[in-house]
Amino acid sequence: MVENTIHATQAVVTLDVALPGIIWGWMITLNMWAKSIGTGVILVGAFLLYRHKKEEMPNLRWIMPLISFIALNVFLLFTLVDLHQPYRMINIFLHPHWTSAITVGAWMASLFTGLVTVMMLIGGFDAFPDFRKNCAIGKSVRGISGFYEKIFPFVVFLAIPVTLYTAIIMAESSARELWQAPAEVMQMMWAALLAGSAALIFVSGSWSKETRKDLALVLAIATFFSFMMYMGEYFFSFKSAEAEATLAYVHAGGEYNVEFWFGMVLGFIIPFFLAVSNMKSDNKTLLRFAALLALVGLYLAKDVWLKIPQMLPLS
Amino acid sequence: MKLGFLVDLNLCMGCKGCEIACKVENDVPLSSWRLRVKYIDIGTFPDTSRSFTPLRCNHCESAPCERICPVSALHYLENGIVNVDSARCIGCAGCMMACPYGAIYMDPETNTADKCTYCAHRIESGMMPACVVACPVEANIFGDVEDDTSHISQYIMEHQGAVQVRKPEKHTNPKHYYVGGGTQTLDPLAHERIEGYSLFNNITHLDAVGDKNHGVLDRFLAPFTSHGEHDNKSFMNFDNNAHESHEEEGGH
Ligand code: SF4
Ligand code: SF4
Ligand code: SF4
Repeated sequence: MVENTIHATQAVVTLDVALPGIIWGWMITLNMWAKSIGTGVILVGAFLLYRHKKEEMPNLRWIMPLISFIALNVFLLFTLVDLHQPYRMINIFLHPHWTSAITVGAWMASLFTGLVTVMMLIGGFDAFPDFRKNCAIGKSVRGISGFYEKIFPFVVFLAIPVTLYTAIIMAESSARELWQAPAEVMQMMWAALLAGSAALIFVSGSWSKETRKDLALVLAIATFFSFMMYMGEYFFSFKSAEAEATLAYVHAGGEYNVEFWFGMVLGFIIPFFLAVSNMKSDNKTLLRFAALLALVGLYLAKDVWLKIPQMLPLS
Repeated sequence: MKLGFLVDLNLCMGCKGCEIACKVENDVPLSSWRLRVKYIDIGTFPDTSRSFTPLRCNHCESAPCERICPVSALHYLENGIVNVDSARCIGCAGCMMACPYGAIYMDPETNTADKCTYCAHRIESGMMPACVVACPVEANIFGDVEDDTSHISQYIMEHQGAVQVRKPEKHTNPKHYYVGGGTQTLDPLAHERIEGYSLFNNITHLDAVGDKNHGVLDRFLAPFTSHGEHDNKSFMNFDNNAHESHEEEGGH
């Protein structure tokens, strides 16, 4: 692992215990990735609603909360599954410790998921009257359509801290210098815009050309800035000895080097050019391809960034 | 009152008495350590020396592990100890990500976080920590760093200028001091940790966090199924492909 490559200082460990390796693994990557989609579709959806008429995106009202709901449940599931004592998750609500971003995040994410669920149900009932007739909840609540529009601004507002709190958890992980804010905060925001626009591209087939152009624009901007941030971090992270040691190892072709570059090219570079070209000529298939690559690449990039600082020996 | 530790590395002879005393006192399972003594060989042949560094939780005054714990399983006691309540811990491993000193482990028996507690249970009944009692050369000095007359405070005053803490740049304000240490012993980036056989043991990485036989499903089923009692012996019956047991091959 990474410590093998540290420049020899003529001091060598000759007797020690086994140290833990990767503590937060792929489940946390998946958790962050899914959350980016869950909050991103709301943010990008709000942007589209601000710019265009509802009629241009006929299914947005129900499909946006539906995608968000599914992604948030994947996120919550893997948050739970990664706990070594999953049933004790309840302690976060019974014994909250407010200095912890994990606590604040869990509360906000739960509230957010609750509100998105309500939006999904209202949107679904309104779009599919038959579903309302056959659904017990649907029958009991009538005339609540307006509630959707009432809570929507609040949900959009809440999507911002729900997107960002993971960066604060990472900043609180003070053993891992690579993750210190504010770079992580910006990464999370770009990741949400990238994942949100990518997810909406898949369901934008029946929307107007202009809306798809906007989605391509958001995707292009998000991939561009994500890539720039990763490059800046990757090559010019002189934040601390630990961050430098971590990156020096990856630079030198160590573990995760290939995954990192796959993430950069697949996730950011190719989708950027595809999205830019799509803003001129509307090609649904190419745009979907760009969205798919961006989502895969985002996962790879997040995975590398999560794992590499965990390879340093801390003591 | 603020309890602190000081280790005089000039006195430590690497006998690992403290390490074993800690294991026994606190029932620390195999593969986990609250306190370990790390051997580091410094210099090039023939001018080499071997240094011994006992490493335990620093009971930081501004503890990142306490800050990140979502359920206050890690909490401060009035005497400055950073204690852990394993009955409340949800096993999120946030503290393992936050502690800059790698002092926390996921107990493979309980699947909750644990670490050195400065033997809080012994302190409560007026005893010294087990590792202090075991040290044959009194290299481990324990006491109240806020009391000018305590042994530890006197020791710090006597060695002014030579007292160090690990990673002061992290602003954790550790209450665990070293005398006679140097960058090469206290900074993990200043020495190589080469995996493979070294002096007596295999320097490597743990292949699991917590109980390795406790997969994702087991975590959910655990309250309903019994894995039987765990003890150190049950952790020795692990599958080890690189090390095939003769018993498995038919007992010859
Ligand atoms: S050394 Fe680590 S575990 Fe101990 S108090 Fe400091 S941060 Fe917490
Ligand atoms: S693993 Fe336990 S002690 Fe550590 S932060 Fe999570 S809940 Fe707290
Ligand atoms: S004070 Fe107690 S728990 Fe801490 S290292 Fe010493 S014996 Fe172990």
